Amino acid sequence: MSAPLVDIRNVSHRFGQLSVLKNVSLAIEPGSYTILLGPSGSGKTTLLSILGGFVTPSEGKVFIRGADCTAVPPAKRPTTTVFQDYALFPHMSVGGNVGFGLRMQGVDGAARAAKARDALTLVGLAAAFDKKPHQLSGGQRQRVALARALVIEPAVLLLDEPLGALDLKLRRQMQDELKAIQKRVGTAFIHVTHDQEEAMALADLCVVMNDGRIEDEGSPERVYARPATRFSATFMGESTILAGTVTEARNGTVTAMTAVGPISLPGASPAGAKVALAIRPEHIALGEAKGDIALGTAKVGDVVFQGSFKRVLATSTQDTALQFIAKAPASATIQAGDTISVSCNAQDIILLAD
Amino acid sequence: MRAAVRLAAWVYAIAIYGFIFLPVVVLVLFSLQATSFPIPPFTGPSLRWYQAVLSDARLTSALANSLLVAVLSSLASVTLGFLSAWGFARFVLPGSAILRGLITLPLTVSYLIIGMGLLVLFNWAGVPKSLLAAGIGHVVINLPLCFAIIYSQMGDHQINIERAARDLGAAEWKVLLMITVPVMAPAIFAGFFLSMTFSWDEFVISFLLTRFETTLPVEIWNLLRSGLNPKTNAVGSLVFAVSIFMVVFFELTLLRRKPA
Repeated sequence: MSAPLVDIRNVSHRFGQLSVLKNVSLAIEPGSYTILLGPSGSGKTTLLSILGGFVTPSEGKVFIRGADCTAVPPAKRPTTTVFQDYALFPHMSVGGNVGFGLRMQGVDGAARAAKARDALTLVGLAAAFDKKPHQLSGGQRQRVALARALVIEPAVLLLDEPLGALDLKLRRQMQDELKAIQKRVGTAFIHVTHDQEEAMALADLCVVMNDGRIEDEGSPERVYARPATRFSATFMGESTILAGTVTEARNGTVTAMTAVGPISLPGASPAGAKVALAIRPEHIALGEAKGDIALGTAKVGDVVFQGSFKRVLATSTQDTALQFIAKAPASATIQAGDTISVSCNAQDIILLAD
Repeated sequence: MRAAVRLAAWVYAIAIYGFIFLPVVVLVLFSLQATSFPIPPFTGPSLRWYQAVLSDARLTSALANSLLVAVLSSLASVTLGFLSAWGFARFVLPGSAILRGLITLPLTVSYLIIGMGLLVLFNWAGVPKSLLAAGIGHVVINLPLCFAIIYSQMGDHQINIERAARDLGAAEWKVLLMITVPVMAPAIFAGFFLSMTFSWDEFVISFLLTRFETTLPVEIWNLLRSGLNPKTNAVGSLVFAVSIFMVVFFELTLLRRKPA
């Protein structure tokens, strides 16, 4: 097995007294699209800055292509960054911006212009070569920043919330293009975002971060279906969380006592352990018992029509601290104020240590 | 009642502007005098005194000296001011606020004190009175100004632009020359032209620090010692015109910004 392209080993970082990264290790494969997903303050941007060379970690090492890059300055490492504010050079033309990295490598003018044009064609902006950055729209500047970073063929492209400044429609469109461009150039992309939809759409490897730690990493499908921690169950998509205590564990089946009664499900937790049972909204059934596990009754608080479905928030009658989040079909006749029974299937419940 | 208030406002405005500009107007007007004394009645217009100024070797060489000192001392001020502004804006320095205060402090010290201090210092160090000494004096007074102008324009939004250049492989000096200087160009030009303006008509420091070769303001002062004559008006008008030109240039470079 070949060594990973990027190998982050036991990296910790502090800003003064504040510990922002706590012993983070992560391996990234060549040609993959990695998303660092987390709320603000989770350390994801600091981790990206460490990869880009703008921050030297307090502890730990970073290897890129097998070489120790921990203290190598940005100019000398095989990474380039697409900044959140694009950071285009305002006094240079778009062509000058894209050709800047090649100019620093000593590539002559004609070859530089040709490569810059190719890179601009890749991002669909071939016509903008002679324009100035201030003549472009936000989405176009984003593309120029991407072309500028890709043209010098980095081993890893780092993207710091690249879609954060765009409006929703443009964001979804750029998201698809980013994925297509990544597939075409084959460069490993590492992309920081707090948008879980972006993460699910783009990632080969989704890394969920919280409070300076990696909570979960894996394919987005796996992270969504079987989140490793309570945090990733609530941050990567929504979940209803049932707190409980294991009363019995045998033969791969666990029985937990919860506010809505005992629930048996497949899993392995020792008796007496505090657990959280997470259930995705689409797995919660409302109305007459459909699932094999009854979750009591609930009073519907809010029904939000979302086009293809209705998002239902309901408060358990048994425990008012328990909020059910469910997805009902668009045709459902549920209304706020209704009291309905709630159920689900045992295999859809995610057992998490609490 | 309201008409009276408006009238009073107009009278007040005219009085204020008259107070400020009448001396200059009188100076320029009598530089065009045809006869030998810059006193009423006005006998011009005539350019004979301008011709006299331009054919006076001492005045023209002083004018060239002034330009030389202004350009070179402003270049030095703006370079040092830019580098110190960049240092303070981009790096965490111990006692940064105190050091920034110290660097701008000469703005509040009288030119006379600075001139005398330099005179004593140069005497002690064995630096003769010269245009170079006066030029150094002008750097002392103009560096804080350049620093303040450039530092005020050096915002955080340029940090990522510099980072991007570094990220793309630029060495530090290339980042400065190819990115920071062009991006800061309006502030740098503004600092340069304001320094030029101040150096151009600075008298006290030049007077204290030059001897045989001297600058135009000192030469005008020499001229005035032999009494008033329209030639002094003419040379004064020339100095004024150049100052106006530089201030206008300063305003244009600082205020006319490209749309972001």
